[in-house]
Amino acid sequence: MTQRALKILIIDENAVRAAILEEGLRVASSGEESGTLEIHHIRDTANLLARIAAVDPDVILIDLENPSRDTLEQMFQVSRLARRPIAMFVDKSDSATVQAAIDAGVSAYVVDGLRKERVRSILDVTISRFHAFDRLQSELHAAKSALEDRKIIEQAKAILMQQRGCSEDDAYVLLRRTAMNQNRKIAELARSLVGAAALLPLRERE
Amino acid sequence: MTERIVAAFVPLVDCAVLVAAREQGFAAEEGLDLVLVKEPSWASLRDHLSLGHVDCAHALAPLPVALTLGVGHVQVDCSAPFVLGRGGNAVTVSNRLFDEMQGAAAFTDPLETARALAAVARRRVPPLTLGMVFPFSNHNFDLRYWLAAAGLHPDRDVRLIAIPPPLMVDHLRAGLVDGFCVGEPWNSLAVAQGLGSIVATQSQLFPRAAEKVLAFRSAFAEQSQSIAKLLRALDAAAAWVDEPSNHAALASLLAQPSYLDLPSEIIAPALAGRVHFASGADVSDRSFLYFHRHAANEPREADGLWAYAQMVRWGQLAASERAERCAATVFSPALYRASVRDVRTTTRPGPFSFDRIEFVAKDVPAYLRQFDVHTPFADARAQ
Repeated sequence: MTQRALKILIIDENAVRAAILEEGLRVASSGEESGTLEIHHIRDTANLLARIAAVDPDVILIDLENPSRDTLEQMFQVSRLARRPIAMFVDKSDSATVQAAIDAGVSAYVVDGLRKERVRSILDVTISRFHAFDRLQSELHAAKSALEDRKIIEQAKAILMQQRGCSEDDAYVLLRRTAMNQNRKIAELARSLVGAAALLPLRERE
Repeated sequence: MTERIVAAFVPLVDCAVLVAAREQGFAAEEGLDLVLVKEPSWASLRDHLSLGHVDCAHALAPLPVALTLGVGHVQVDCSAPFVLGRGGNAVTVSNRLFDEMQGAAAFTDPLETARALAAVARRRVPPLTLGMVFPFSNHNFDLRYWLAAAGLHPDRDVRLIAIPPPLMVDHLRAGLVDGFCVGEPWNSLAVAQGLGSIVATQSQLFPRAAEKVLAFRSAFAEQSQSIAKLLRALDAAAAWVDEPSNHAALASLLAQPSYLDLPSEIIAPALAGRVHFASGADVSDRSFLYFHRHAANEPREADGLWAYAQMVRWGQLAASERAERCAATVFSPALYRASVRDVRTTTRPGPFSFDRIEFVAKDVPAYLRQFDVHTPFADARAQ
């Protein structure tokens, strides 16, 4: 028996995360577990209820820390939507999934009467995609700070070369040895050197 | 050995007792490492509390009642053994709405102010939109009660919308709401930015109301040895917070990015009970927001029953004796009395209301029968 396409609404101001999630759901949609999915995305949350009503979703996926959730939950309580979505937490039967969702920062609202297995596979995908996005973010962050470290070390080397009249290699060796002796990171030492150098009148070497 | 307790909070002046307990060393004195986690919204705070991601939370007084009764969310037994603040909310309206209300009200009598608001509301198409912070909040209940006293039906004659406190002022600026009921400093911020005027305060509407409580999951409260220590630390912190000579230091603490992230000048007036009222003058109201005096910290069963009664009045819950007992138990003073050595006995009676309708905690059904305006009562059989 073919199942009716499940309508999923992603509410996320972060376009990258929404795209990662959408792609994950599309891949899952080709599997058997969740059946066909119809995916919608709302990026900004103005006039939320009318837009949700227009989509009439079976499942709403939203970042746990999205401040629009207060508005959303109250709207569900008072609205005359034919099918009122309820927070996934209300179903206590699958607490492991719920815990995993909270850990990943996922929150979901699901209309009543939906088969648990279908919702569960969607949630599993969402959780893993949220984690993937977090990893991406921290890799990006690491790459950014590595780049900044390299820049500051270059500046510190230039100051040393100018002040001590040494070569670039010698300046680096000096930095590294001093950092090691003081049990600090090279970038950290370079940062204090550059900061302190700004206070001192730099001698011009002839 | 220090024990670690994690508490969630929403950035508001009335998280002051938790902040002081951590920053002024009151928690450390009891051997506790009190960790504070900022939440962007009440739904997020509730989820982290109900699933045990935090040990306790700075909570809207009706929130642990709703959780215990399983209304609007998963059912989790909670207790509220400590009141973190009484009062502190206010109603702010946009400049346009204020202009329309003027002439009709002197803003000293809340009932007269409500009538002026009602006169505008009846003319407005589309209806006035007013912000409050959460379905289970004094803000929602106070606004509804106040509007209904002027003959408005809060479900039909206006539109109420839940907005997290830090986003309230943005919504007013963008014209998405005509006014709101929120805790400080968000009213003072709207006034300072020239976006609106304060027309009523919680201390006018419902003096001495329990506004924020420290909420625990009962399961945690039963197995933890640290709660008594925490309550003692909070009691000492609350005494410090209530002392006017500490208010400048407290305002700078709260101003920090990890807490309210606002200039201390915006935070200080609420601590001093100085409200820049619609009339243009600063009104000095010592009972606007208080943290310790008049036995403020001791929970009272009547506080829980008041929240229960409002939930029934507005159709969130079907009345039942079982629910009534649960709501009272959430606010049991037993743990506070057992933990805090120096319990003051001069508890003031309450809660009170601006319309002089007495809240009778002993007979909630009779109390509710006095009101003409209410949401059709929920059916007990449907629960």
